[in-house]
Amino acid sequence: MGKYVRDLTIKESRKAGSDLQLITLFTGQPFPGFLPGQFLQIRVDGSSDTFLRRPFSVHDYDSSSGELKILVHIVGNGSRTLAAMPPGESVNAIFPLGNSFTMPEKGQKVLLVGGGCGIAPLLYLGRKIVENGIKPQFLLGFRNSSVMPETRPYSELGELLIVTEDGSEGEAGFVTDHHVLKEGEYDRIYCCGPDEMMKAVVNAPAALNAGCEVSLENLMACGFGVCLCCIAETVRGNLCTCTDGPVFNSADLKWGQPGISCG
Amino acid sequence: MIDMTVDLNGLKLKNPVMTASGTSGYGTELEDFFDPSLLGALIVKGTTPEPREGNRYPRMAETASGMLNSVGLQNKGIGHFKEVIYPDISRYDTEVIVNINGNTIDDYLNITGQLVSMDKIRAIELNISCPNVKMGGMAFGTHSASAREVIREVRKAWPRHLMVKLSPNVTSVTEFASIAEEEGADSLSLINTLLGIAIDAEKRRPKLANITGGLSGPAIKPVALRMVWQVSKAVEIPVVGIGGIVSSDDALEFIIAGASAIQVGTGIFLDPEAPVKIVKGIEDYCKRHGFSNTEEFRGSFEDVAP
Ligand SMILES: Cc1cc2nc3c(=O)[nH]c(=O)nc-3n(C[C@H](O)[C@H](O)[C@H](O)COP(=O)(O)OP(=O)(O)OC[C@H]3O[C@@H](n4cnc5c(N)ncnc54)[C@H](O)[C@@H]3O)c2cc1C
Ligand SMILES: Cc1cc2nc3c(=O)[nH]c(=O)nc-3n(C[C@H](O)[C@H](O)[C@H](O)COP(=O)(O)O)c2cc1C
Ligand code: FES
Repeated sequence: MGKYVRDLTIKESRKAGSDLQLITLFTGQPFPGFLPGQFLQIRVDGSSDTFLRRPFSVHDYDSSSGELKILVHIVGNGSRTLAAMPPGESVNAIFPLGNSFTMPEKGQKVLLVGGGCGIAPLLYLGRKIVENGIKPQFLLGFRNSSVMPETRPYSELGELLIVTEDGSEGEAGFVTDHHVLKEGEYDRIYCCGPDEMMKAVVNAPAALNAGCEVSLENLMACGFGVCLCCIAETVRGNLCTCTDGPVFNSADLKWGQPGISCG
Repeated sequence: MIDMTVDLNGLKLKNPVMTASGTSGYGTELEDFFDPSLLGALIVKGTTPEPREGNRYPRMAETASGMLNSVGLQNKGIGHFKEVIYPDISRYDTEVIVNINGNTIDDYLNITGQLVSMDKIRAIELNISCPNVKMGGMAFGTHSASAREVIREVRKAWPRHLMVKLSPNVTSVTEFASIAEEEGADSLSLINTLLGIAIDAEKRRPKLANITGGLSGPAIKPVALRMVWQVSKAVEIPVVGIGGIVSSDDALEFIIAGASAIQVGTGIFLDPEAPVKIVKGIEDYCKRHGFSNTEEFRGSFEDVAP
């Protein structure tokens, strides 16, 4: 798949929860599009403290309008600067990057589990799964209701289950406390979130008999496979999160490496 | 008519711009962005006799205008290079230079021996300056007797162009430059990364699993430029400038300081198209200033008082 380096214009940017910004970018000239799970490397401002590009997942994409949405969790200088950029400004981006989630087969039962900012890639994945004729279930976990983005886009695609650590919305606890991960039966589970959460999800009873794919958010320098900084330790040796991933079959991961959590 | 070619002590390059080792894989990864044959040379990632998994994650930390890396020479070994990579990248119409590494002199000789039969490889870059491996690497590049010995042995085993990559982590870079020249190096490349650390104050922990890493990017450019200037005055052989080059202005500064050619490293992460833009920028500069070749202004900066 070819890669593009383009200046993308910000069409819209709005607060989507405390520390969350939903940004709509115009991708310009038509291109083959994004696969679910893919990401972009965005050059925020090239300042001395946000000098490397920042990776963000495709949150949603509409090929007819060329509009791309990213959901930005504000954690540091880069995300803060990006979130504060007004519509009309543009950012340079390299895309599409990374592999993608494996599409389920007809008739399969699928669960999409996300925590914190890890919910970003699950919306576009859910949309593609629906286009394939399957109605997915979403299980999304947050610290509390104030950090939640708008959930309607998810509930429009499938059944939405919510847990918050303090019980301010949905069930109280962690995603792994939810009964669907204890007793549910699934053919496929897709998961993205803090490493600790993903580790717990792939070991949950419901995940043991399902094919489990997780999306990692390792620190990246290049994002396109040349620096070898982003490696994930796998049973096949060290693989690049940016080119061999970010989506991995959970059974391939060693899970031993010191985690970087996003939520 | 501008002639962009460079004669690097017998090694003819179509222009002075190369990729730096470890920052553009085997060159094939760049095909998504431009035709690698447009560059003066491709320097492929650091290669060792045996496959290496490198250091543990996290391997990089961003710092002001730069980054630390502790990749630690992850590569699939010279055997894989010979069987899989070499047949593929031989199609490029540019020089492919292999960056060679080892823990012992035998390691360096093992790789060199295997490269001799690969005709398309007309030059090797002898890396005695990697700060990220426990043994060898920088140990050779920061200890003058070992540096002399490894260069001497590789020189005997390698009949074609020998470029020696110098470490900045020494008191006197010109001392090592002179050793390399005396031992028969055809050219020198500098600088490799500067040894550093980064700390997460909240957790009171190092940001890199390896604790130490190599600093690269614009943050190191003034140091690199100073070393290139000193070395190009100290030796007769050509010098290849490396360190924080992200634009053609940066590249031109290195040429004006005395470099015959340059390498782009971290700059590729910021803009994968940077190497071709730099070629174009140097050409435009020549046009604007009426030069027909970069050799006409190389090392010229002291001729003009500020
Ligand atoms: C493939 C991929 C997809 C991603 N998708 C999204 C997304 O859709 N939405 C989103 O909000 N974020 C996403 N991230 C994480 C995002 O890239 C980082 O949060 C961002 O780079 C932080 O930049 P900063 O300058 O704001 O923070 P920095 O100042 O660089 O760091 C601030 C804090 O954030 C942590 N951090 C930095 N980089 C990462 C990272 N890669 N992952 C987790 N924590 C990090 C640091 O450890 C530090 O504690 C993704 C990361 C990857 C690798
Ligand atoms: C991720 C990374 C990996 C590197 N790997 C190697 C290597 O294998 N061999 C080598 O000689 N230099 C290696 N280097 C050093 C670069 O080739 C270059 O000397 C250095 O980064 C300074 O240039 P820059 O500021 O343009 O990046 C590496 C640098 C980086 C950032
Ligand atoms: S971030 Fe450079 S190889 Fe993955």
